[in-house]
Amino acid sequence: MAINRRKFVAGSAVAGAGLLIGLRFSGGLLIGQESDRAKKKAPANPFDAYIHVKPDGKISLIVAKSEMGQGIKTGLAMILAEEAGVDFNSVSVEQAETRPDIYAHMGTGGSGSTMENFMPLRRAGATVRELMTTAAAAKWNVPKKECEAKKGSVLHEKSSRTASYGELVEAAKKLPVPDPEKVELKEEADFEFIGHATPRVDIPAKINGSAQFGLDVRVPEMLFAVVARCPTFGGKHSQFDAAKAKALSGVLDVFEIPAMGHGVFTAGGVVVVADSTWAAMKGRDDLQITWDHGTAASESSTGMYEALRAAAQKPGKRVRNDGNVDAVLANGAKKVEALYELPLLAHATMEPMNITVHTRGDNAEVWAPTQSPDWVQGTVAQVLGLRPDKVNVHTTYMGGGFGRRYMADFPAEAAQIAKKVGKPVQLVWSREDDMTHDFYRPATCHRFQGAVDANGRPTAWFHTMASTSIRGFWDPKAAPESQEVGGAKEMPYAIPNVRLEFNPVASAVPRAWWRSVENSFNGFAVECFIDELAAAAGKDPFEFRRGLLVKPANWKPKNEDDVDPGRLRGVLELAAEKSGWSAPLPKGRGRGIAAFCSFGSYFAEVAEVTVKGTDFKIDRMVAAVDCGQIVNPESVRSQTEGAIIYGLSAALKNEITIKNGAVEQTNFDGYDPLRIGEAPPIEVHLTKSKEDPGGMGEPALPPAAPAVANAIFAACGQRVRKLPFQLKA
Amino acid sequence: MAAIHLVINDSPHEVEIAPDTPLLWVLRDKLNMTGTKYGCGMGLCGACTVHLDGEAVRACQTAVSSVGTKKITTIEGLSADNSHPVQRAWIAEQVPQCGYCQPGQIMSAAALLAKTPKPTDDQIDTAMVGNLCRCGMYQRIRRAIHRAAGEGA
Repeated sequence: MAINRRKFVAGSAVAGAGLLIGLRFSGGLLIGQESDRAKKKAPANPFDAYIHVKPDGKISLIVAKSEMGQGIKTGLAMILAEEAGVDFNSVSVEQAETRPDIYAHMGTGGSGSTMENFMPLRRAGATVRELMTTAAAAKWNVPKKECEAKKGSVLHEKSSRTASYGELVEAAKKLPVPDPEKVELKEEADFEFIGHATPRVDIPAKINGSAQFGLDVRVPEMLFAVVARCPTFGGKHSQFDAAKAKALSGVLDVFEIPAMGHGVFTAGGVVVVADSTWAAMKGRDDLQITWDHGTAASESSTGMYEALRAAAQKPGKRVRNDGNVDAVLANGAKKVEALYELPLLAHATMEPMNITVHTRGDNAEVWAPTQSPDWVQGTVAQVLGLRPDKVNVHTTYMGGGFGRRYMADFPAEAAQIAKKVGKPVQLVWSREDDMTHDFYRPATCHRFQGAVDANGRPTAWFHTMASTSIRGFWDPKAAPESQEVGGAKEMPYAIPNVRLEFNPVASAVPRAWWRSVENSFNGFAVECFIDELAAAAGKDPFEFRRGLLVKPANWKPKNEDDVDPGRLRGVLELAAEKSGWSAPLPKGRGRGIAAFCSFGSYFAEVAEVTVKGTDFKIDRMVAAVDCGQIVNPESVRSQTEGAIIYGLSAALKNEITIKNGAVEQTNFDGYDPLRIGEAPPIEVHLTKSKEDPGGMGEPALPPAAPAVANAIFAACGQRVRKLPFQLKA
Repeated sequence: MAAIHLVINDSPHEVEIAPDTPLLWVLRDKLNMTGTKYGCGMGLCGACTVHLDGEAVRACQTAVSSVGTKKITTIEGLSADNSHPVQRAWIAEQVPQCGYCQPGQIMSAAALLAKTPKPTDDQIDTAMVGNLCRCGMYQRIRRAIHRAAGEGA
């Protein structure tokens, strides 16, 4: 539905308008009824989402949250249906128009969609219920407390009268909107949807080929384009010969586009436009291009790892400093040292990057599989020289996001191409383009020095990390550690002397947010090193961690990233219990444990492995989850399984390497995620919690790799400190 | 260019196209049958899996001229109303996340079950090894195949 503020000011004069309620995310503030609010001076960004109660009593939630497989359209509908007092099937979630003037916040990422929406949506739903009940009580002239809202109707039992929301909506919209902070929310015991496994609404279309992903967009007269980009980062074409390509049947045009700079970071290159994807790809193969490889041509993974190791040896910026690490390390009873190394990683979404753009003079239409439709809009508008509101962006389903689809590079390229072509054009990235021109997870090196005393208690923890940081790529002036140290800085174990230092390492390789961002490498480093301290102390790794997760009686979070030691201990204990932690395993097999909090959710995972020589197999993964209040347990389980497999693909197999300034892996042969026979069985155990919901898209990932590394140690005594894992003979 | 006759989901189609064009792009770009997905173009990911006379093949590695008289079945032809036992099992086990690889997974699973009505885990591993799922839904895929087998796919 198109939201038009003026239309709703007119309110009941517009046939079929129904009741519209705006809400804001995360702050939990429901602002009020649109028609009331609009009488006042409108702020620049009024709401994040709208609830529309239609004249037939059905409810739409209009929100700019992209569905990339996390089940958000189902979860949000469950929350709204719950408090509004309607059937799940009467709520639909509509993809909002890309109108930053109407929707203040349009991105989907940071595992935030449920976190941000949970309380605001509950309050908004409860407001609907309250308005309907009040309207019915007034209509029947009975006390409101005798009226009950259920399944989209209000019931007055004493007089056996019922009225549907559809019948009540016109009266309800004339009522003053109750204070959203004071509306009565349902008791958890009365929940019908929240916390109850609910089938996902997007699945039926995804099993018969009808779901439309970005690459499936088909519009009349559309053309297809691919771009030949310089394989070397920062390089460009110096000349090209398109004669052979242009002679190919189906190829319509060949032209160059310049690289675009900061923020979008496109490589530029030579574009082939054709009447089919295949003709465009074949045309590209026939281009004769001379590359100017630029200044990054000397960069290699060997050099990058050396630079990271060197940087991890040097004093860095102190990010955390408790007690006096130096004094203890000088006198510690037993010193432990370890160095962990993690590579660059590609997102490798199943659907490669793509986007369809149609320019029509003073406006443009865009179909984008994107996590950030407003960024797409702004970027396309900038390239086309249009006002953003003249660029209509439709968000499609996307074949995986994982952070990659937050970026604006492919939209910028597509706009450059569309400007020249004038017809609808779909920019298709081949798998090779996608693999070699990603924004990669940074490569990192972590040097640890620790000490345990004569009683087996850890007394010092000194972590020096080096990273080809994300911020170092995006903004050389920003603090380079700002998106690198999360999860390392909040190292949760009660150790009296702790220091974290950070050193950045420069690189021309583009970097950005990969599923779970810095938690993916810090979770590995922290949870491996605590395991090494446990071994040095001669303690059981589970009991050692448990003893260090101490929650003071008056504990309060210092900030939103602070880890609640009690909740972490809770999942640690649950994972140990469910995995049968203390039951002995035969020789050659071992169990490892890891616990980690990120995005407001707590995970502990136990891996069971069998090691034979230099080969190993993961027999089983057991995950314990405390993500606060669970909305859809089915989605929590599914996200846990998926994030573990994503993490294990990195632990076992995946690495992006650089040679001569270019990525060496070009397709799934060189960068092969886990396949079905390699995927261990995963058991997921959920915790009942009344805490606010945490994120679910990412936080199951960080503990997976260290749990396996620690299990390998338990099985054969060998520490694997470099990803992807390789056992020594 | 050549005129090529194809039978797709029991319907005849005539396409005028270069004979070396992969079936994948004929389906997607010439016939607008976009259920069959592009993932790698090298037969490494299985997202483009279709049936030729019931046999699972990668459409990105199948030149359209090589199809001959074989009958092509795509995800759109498995059943439009999600009534095929494999589709029903996929719903029951809530298999897809992003869903992009699922047409290929489902076509591979359907071909497996047509030949091997009660596959073992090893047989599932062998038949499905070529289908990547970046969302990592493998244990659901396995469960769904066993479920469909139990219901006589």
